[in-house]
Amino acid sequence: MIRQRAAMEILNREFLEIRCKVLELAAAFDRLERGSGGFDDDPRWRKVGEAIDVLRDDRGDRAERVQLIFSRPYAPQWRDEFALDRPE
Amino acid sequence: MYYFDPHIHMVSRTTDDYETLAKMGCVAMSEPAFWAGFDRGSVESFRDYFRQLTDFEPRRAAQYGVQHYTWLCINAKEAENVSLSREVIAMIPEFLDKPNVLGIGEIGLNKNTRNESRVFLEHLDLAARFRQQILIHTPHLEDKYQGTRMILDMLIGDSRIERSRVLVDHVEEHTVRTVLEEGFWAGMTLYPVTKCTPQRAADIIETYGPERLMVNSAGDWGPSKPTAVPDFILEMRRRGHPESLIRKIVYDNPLEFFSQSASFRFTAPELRGHS
Ligand SMILES: [Zn+2]
Repeated sequence: MIRQRAAMEILNREFLEIRCKVLELAAAFDRLERGSGGFDDDPRWRKVGEAIDVLRDDRGDRAERVQLIFSRPYAPQWRDEFALDRPE
Repeated sequence: MYYFDPHIHMVSRTTDDYETLAKMGCVAMSEPAFWAGFDRGSVESFRDYFRQLTDFEPRRAAQYGVQHYTWLCINAKEAENVSLSREVIAMIPEFLDKPNVLGIGEIGLNKNTRNESRVFLEHLDLAARFRQQILIHTPHLEDKYQGTRMILDMLIGDSRIERSRVLVDHVEEHTVRTVLEEGFWAGMTLYPVTKCTPQRAADIIETYGPERLMVNSAGDWGPSKPTAVPDFILEMRRRGHPESLIRKIVYDNPLEFFSQSASFRFTAPELRGHS
């Protein structure tokens, strides 16, 4: 099995990077707010909100769940919809 | 550390890049056929491109001691043109016996359309008929999850396809599990903005272990970094992972996967210069 490092070791190494990324987001949100016109209804903005909620919960697999928020859904019956098995 | 880059588009790179990669320990690479940044007009453009991939690039690589392998197909973007795709697929067998050809790739989906799926299935048929290995391109951003699942459906739906001879590339956190669980190989592409970073690739290794996983740079004509695999090696070292684990991902795994190709001949760097 792969050795996992101590959480404190990871925090020591990555704290400044995490701080930097949070600040980048904060500044980007300010930039959006300074812009003229609204964007609250934009589905991309709603997804950003959902993704940020994921960061704060304690259910794990955050990267995977954030990816899924920004993904188009998969429908297992897609092959029938495309009529792929029927000749052109 | 010696390494392989299993997915890099050297036709878009300069000879200086070959030199840099060689200095960083790259001893072999595989180059899937892909989109040139514009749609090509005829099957003859592809024939010339395949000549470049099977003749010119391996010679250019050899000047720096790098062994160059390749994969042939018409990529998902141009697959929207079904009639051109069929002409290209019919022409590919002319090149399958070239010494550096590992199989069919990078085939896949781009916008997950009906035409792309149709051409994907025809490529699968070609690979099955000629017993070729397959290298898969999965779509980017919001299309990746849906497209990867569709690709897996098509691969699993063809009983002639041996899963251990298929590499599904550009996996990320939301697609890697299914690809590995279904018995395929998976590649992580280290690419600015739209794909994976060296840090997240290392996270995926820590989560899933090193079996059937590889990393690549994709290095192409877009904003990409051909030296991304050494970045991953450095990140793994900084995390204190043993050299044997890192070597498995960047050297042993590609070697094991490529060795399943009939035409794969590789001389380890330690054995070169011996007769
Ligand atoms: Zn590619």
